[in-house]
Amino acid sequence: MLDSSASDHRTAPALRGDERTVKILIAGHFGAGKTTFVHSLSQIAPLSTEEVMTTASVGTDHTSLPEKTSTTVAMDFGRLSLTDDLVLYLFGAPGQPRFFPVLRDLAFGALGALVLVDTRRLEDTYPILELIEDLDLPYAIAINRFDQAPEHTVERLREVMDLEPETPLVICDARELRSSTDALITLTRHVLTLTPENAA
Amino acid sequence: MSGERPRDGLVRSYVVTGGRSTPSRNHFDAITLITCSAPGPGRGGLSPEQRKVLDLLAPSAQSVAELGARLHLPLAVLRVLLADLMSAGHITTQRPITKSDRLDRKLLEEVLAGLQRL
Ligand SMILES: Nc1nc2c(ncn2[C@@H]2O[C@H](COP(=O)(O)OP(=O)(O)OP(=O)(O)O)[C@@H](O)[C@H]2O)c(=O)[nH]1
Ligand SMILES: [Mg+2]
Repeated sequence: MLDSSASDHRTAPALRGDERTVKILIAGHFGAGKTTFVHSLSQIAPLSTEEVMTTASVGTDHTSLPEKTSTTVAMDFGRLSLTDDLVLYLFGAPGQPRFFPVLRDLAFGALGALVLVDTRRLEDTYPILELIEDLDLPYAIAINRFDQAPEHTVERLREVMDLEPETPLVICDARELRSSTDALITLTRHVLTLTPENAA
Repeated sequence: MSGERPRDGLVRSYVVTGGRSTPSRNHFDAITLITCSAPGPGRGGLSPEQRKVLDLLAPSAQSVAELGARLHLPLAVLRVLLADLMSAGHITTQRPITKSDRLDRKLLEEVLAGLQRL
């Protein structure tokens, strides 16, 4: 765990309550770098919020526990003020399929999703992409460079993830503010291209 | 992580909210900002959790997600507390989030410009 409190001079201003708020989901499989990404960008000490899921929403991995009526899902989130009237929230969204009902809720009204990928676990990304496409949420892919990860060409990665030609794919280091910011810029540009000029 | 956090959120939910189910979900999206009414009505009759919400809101407005994290309450539970606080006039919120919010080009352009300034 990185202790950011001592060296970190970033501070988020107090909120008046009339600011506009926007959220972006930081999705990705287990260990893809979601928490790291949110930490890199957040102006508040990252917090974790909880949602409760009932048994009906829980996947087959809980069938051995018939007594269990609910499970708690923790989501890291961070906040950054983009202007004095516009606040961006980043939610690190758990990538295991049994938590997808919670993602569905969180996705409502979201600007889009950045899907973090460790190329050693590509197959774990497929169900996440399916969910996000199913939710009709615009997304971009950020490949986090892990040291032992095999080298794949971008063309090959796009092919195995079956990406649409217009879906952006960037190489990212979630530990770096600049790199993480650039990934969000790419996502936001992409959402703009999908948004008609005359939209209300 | 807090060790005393309840593992079974449904039981906790029942205790804190008196067993009612969650009303007006979209009104309290995770990023909806909550503001303390000033001057608000008297605090008599409020539960300890509701008082804690008002204490947290005194210095700064907070999103539903931030309140949930600081109070260690699942959002489903918090939404019920907030609905009651709002109908009693203790808090106000932004307008509810709608799906079409993400279609606003002007907003997206502002987000882009803001990110580029970071
Ligand atoms: N090389 C490299 N390492 C990274 C990067 N992003 C994260 N890591 C490391 O990968 C590990 C896992 O990162 P987390 O941010 O905890 O991943 P996560 O997606 O939040 O994991 P879960 O919440 O457990 O699903 C940590 O040790 C990070 O330091 C990256 O871009 N490059
Ligand atoms: Mg994490």
